[in-house]
Amino acid sequence: MTTVLIDYDSGNLHSAEKAFQRMALETGAGKVVVTADPDAVARADRIVLPGDGAFPACRRGLQAIDGLEEAITEAVEARAVPFLGICVGMQMLTTWGREYEDVRGFGWIPGEVTRITPTDPALKVPHMGWNDLVIDAVHPVLDGLQTGDHAYFVHSYAMRVTEAAHLLAHAEYGGPVTAIVGTRNVVGTQFHPEKSQRAGLRLIANFLGWRP
Amino acid sequence: MLKTRIIPCLDVADGRVVKGVNFVDLVDAGDPVEQAQAYDAAGADELCFLDIHATHENRGTMYDLATRTAEQCFMPLTIGGGVRTVDDVRNLLLAGADKVSFNSAAVADPDVVARAADRFGSQCIVVAIDAKTVSPGKWEIFTHGGRKPTGIDAVEFAKTVVARGAGEILLTSMDRDGTKQGFNIPLTRAIADAVPVPVIASGGVGTLDHLVEGVTEGHASAVLAASIFHFGTYSIAEAKAHMAAAGIPVRLDR
Repeated sequence: MTTVLIDYDSGNLHSAEKAFQRMALETGAGKVVVTADPDAVARADRIVLPGDGAFPACRRGLQAIDGLEEAITEAVEARAVPFLGICVGMQMLTTWGREYEDVRGFGWIPGEVTRITPTDPALKVPHMGWNDLVIDAVHPVLDGLQTGDHAYFVHSYAMRVTEAAHLLAHAEYGGPVTAIVGTRNVVGTQFHPEKSQRAGLRLIANFLGWRP
Repeated sequence: MLKTRIIPCLDVADGRVVKGVNFVDLVDAGDPVEQAQAYDAAGADELCFLDIHATHENRGTMYDLATRTAEQCFMPLTIGGGVRTVDDVRNLLLAGADKVSFNSAAVADPDVVARAADRFGSQCIVVAIDAKTVSPGKWEIFTHGGRKPTGIDAVEFAKTVVARGAGEILLTSMDRDGTKQGFNIPLTRAIADAVPVPVIASGGVGTLDHLVEGVTEGHASAVLAASIFHFGTYSIAEAKAHMAAAGIPVRLDR
């Protein structure tokens, strides 16, 4: 079995690679490969899409690689391959990104990505650091996680889902901030599981064993 | 609720951990990766490596350190010291850093912050400000390890680099660094209240009450310390318990 981490020149994949490799080894989940090759994505058994920086830049980074977006779409929609988006990789699951300009996402989870506006003006943006999760739904990828577990966030924009059923967990930061979303064979985390120590590694292990 | 971060800082020179007292009199004390693993296990919220002798020739040492740390520690890592260009940022991010900190280079050319933030996002661009009190309520930026005055007002400079895209400010009081007298609270508060992004207070921690003051009085989002943790005066757990008892939200994992 092969898990592909998509590398499209968006920030640091090193720690994600090491975290997935470690949990794949511990759970017997096969190989973890970092690649931008659409053929490798087309053959993947699992896909992880990281993403750091701005939504438009990440979107363009994906589109700049010939055939990559088509390979991802085909794998997720036609083959129902388990897919995990992280940070901006999660944000791109939705319909619209509204960071600097309006840019379309994959549209698998209806909603939009807008700037965080905490009700308390003393709260800083970016939302940076450890926040505790509030679990909103039962999901195999959240197995063993519970409300109060900490995850590492660093973002200024957040997803608002149109359908409440797609919200699996949130955090509180002057109002609810979407933390984990999911639908069918697709899940996404706003926080960085590869930086979130125990809870993050558990979520990665769960994803590697997930059979949607 | 977002937790206040406790960040141990490792000063690194030529691949080894050292800790400066007022940025001189270095004491060699260990392997950075081993230290990082120990802090990871102890519940530190992030780690910071500062390359205090950064030169073009020894850059590779820091990349290697970032890579080896990222293989072992699944927690956020900030690297600073000698970061001058957008390419330096890229190389450190690729090596395994999560955030990269500009210092003197941002003073010489604040636009480098904008170029790096545009390319990689504000979330990974930190600007380290070293400030010294020049008169009551007035602080000036010093560069080159605190040796070189610039005439630039620290509060104004913080606003400038945040407007350019810095996602976080690492604020060190050069008056207090290494003294164990506590953070420079008026400076910390002036900058934390002036910018919309998180401020990490640094320089001068000697007791656990100092950590509390940095947050409650200095309005910092995170506190950074080196000696008190490095030499085992206090553990991360003791620091967190003390802050929690003072009513500050900290991450205490089950």
